[in-house]
Amino acid sequence: MGKGNDEDKAGSGERMLDMPAILEKRGISRRDFMKFCTAMSAALALPVTFAPRIARALEEVKRPTLVWLEFQDCAGNTEALLRASNPTVAELVLDVLSVDYHETIMAAAGHQAEEALAKVIKEQRGKYIAVVEGSIPLRDDGVYCCIGGRSAVDIAREVCGNAFATIAAGSCAAFGGIPAAAPNPTGAVGVKDAVPGATVINLPGCPLNPDNLTATVVHFLTFGRLPSADSLGRPLFAYGKRIHDACERRPHFDAGQYVEQWGDSAHRKGHCLYKMGCKGPETFHNCPTQRYNEKTSWPVGAGHGCVGCSEPMFWDTMTPFYKRLPTVPGFGIESTADKIGAGLAVATAAAFAAHGVVSAFRHDDKSRGGKEE
Amino acid sequence: MDNLHNKYVWEVPVRVTHWVNFLAIVILSVTGVYIGSPKTLALNPSQFVMGWVRFIHFVTGYVFAVSVISRIYWAFVGNRYAEWREFLPVLTADGRRQMLEMFRYYTFIGKRVPHPVGHNALAGITYLLVFVLYLVMILTGFALYTEHAPQSFGHKALGWMFLLFSNQGMRLTHHMTMWFLLAFAIHHVYSAWLMDVKEKGRVISSIFSGYKPVSGKN
Repeated sequence: MGKGNDEDKAGSGERMLDMPAILEKRGISRRDFMKFCTAMSAALALPVTFAPRIARALEEVKRPTLVWLEFQDCAGNTEALLRASNPTVAELVLDVLSVDYHETIMAAAGHQAEEALAKVIKEQRGKYIAVVEGSIPLRDDGVYCCIGGRSAVDIAREVCGNAFATIAAGSCAAFGGIPAAAPNPTGAVGVKDAVPGATVINLPGCPLNPDNLTATVVHFLTFGRLPSADSLGRPLFAYGKRIHDACERRPHFDAGQYVEQWGDSAHRKGHCLYKMGCKGPETFHNCPTQRYNEKTSWPVGAGHGCVGCSEPMFWDTMTPFYKRLPTVPGFGIESTADKIGAGLAVATAAAFAAHGVVSAFRHDDKSRGGKEE
Repeated sequence: MDNLHNKYVWEVPVRVTHWVNFLAIVILSVTGVYIGSPKTLALNPSQFVMGWVRFIHFVTGYVFAVSVISRIYWAFVGNRYAEWREFLPVLTADGRRQMLEMFRYYTFIGKRVPHPVGHNALAGITYLLVFVLYLVMILTGFALYTEHAPQSFGHKALGWMFLLFSNQGMRLTHHMTMWFLLAFAIHHVYSAWLMDVKEKGRVISSIFSGYKPVSGKN
């Protein structure tokens, strides 16, 4: 990423690409390029007839500028993006973009880097794409995350507020993620809460699936707008269905075959992880179909339940990760809803039994039936 | 004193919805407990045990919802014993007096057995709470059910539920409310039996026949 931009730095945002030349330089056949375009149309849930249109868009597109901001994060989404083992084709899409600022991978440092960012905001106002990774702390004027002497919220307001659109990459940027987990000491929030006026598309996940980021960018390049999203701002092509409803272990759920213990025979046979606390039934993401690391695998495929990492506040609401239900507030950690409920039922029965014994020995009036007032 | 006549108290919709609710709650509880903590009952993946259990749960959920809504409707068009005022005795001084009287009897403080024709006042207010729990069950249940079809009409219509509850919190609420309703059922059967004995007003048979023996005017 960012390679091949050396001769034309930011400011040349409206330049045509010579895609065949780039393909040749990278040793990618036309066939591989078309396969990539077909895969992208599939990821976006578009008919396969859109593949040529995507190819044309990628060849003809004027290169929009992209800046990548990192705030309270672990750089896991950058890692997810860069580690692509066969990156040449996917990386092309990012070569189509002019990545003018990315703290982890850019060569420039210090004031030089900040100047590059300032230049983009000044010269590309309303045209560039911002990608934000990490949450933004708001408490105490945002002092808990500062870059070059400026607070994250200050930078985000300027960069995201002036962007064509902002892609919130990962759960931290989308919903606050782990930094926002209780007690949230820094007052961390996602981009949309920090910069309410910005146009934000959320790509939560811990990390996000880089295929979904690539597909979102391809959608933007092909159609000139962001993909349609759900009420949480997540694109429907990637977050429009529950993990549970596309899971490869779903037949075992419907049949009634469950893993009871890690390593038991059901676990070794690949049965459903529902009883091990899998949060697939409450998590909307395309993990089962898109998978991670070049479609190699994903948590449930590898034998571990989903923890719901792409849902808002998953660290607080999806725990305990290995139990079906949350613990009941005010009771011991090991008390489950059903233990408390059964206890309640038994206590009720006992109380009324005692009441019945006492009532049996009472002397009451001898009148019968109802009395009209 | 034994100048009793049979009075028609519980109309057909009251009795039908009562027994539909009873059956639905039994079926929903049994299937719901299985859905919440299933046992491996299938020998091969082409069986459909959980599938059928969930199907029964969802269909019964619809039946229960229709029954509860019908009963709420009847609270506005039925006779005075089915009316919504029966469930809000706190609104009148007389109702509050009857609640206190019933409370004193239940707690062994008062000796006089109340002899109401319809619901006793304390039962009336309890059923209001029970109907609130019914609505909680119906709303959380259908909100969770619609998650299989995101962006559908149902999912959008119940989207506001996910602002009130986290997804897991909604499941916990759905679970705990079942146990509250089962605890209520124990209380309900016991109290009906106790008052059948003490009032000698055939309250248990009245929910089958609709008639209760009543003395006084008329």
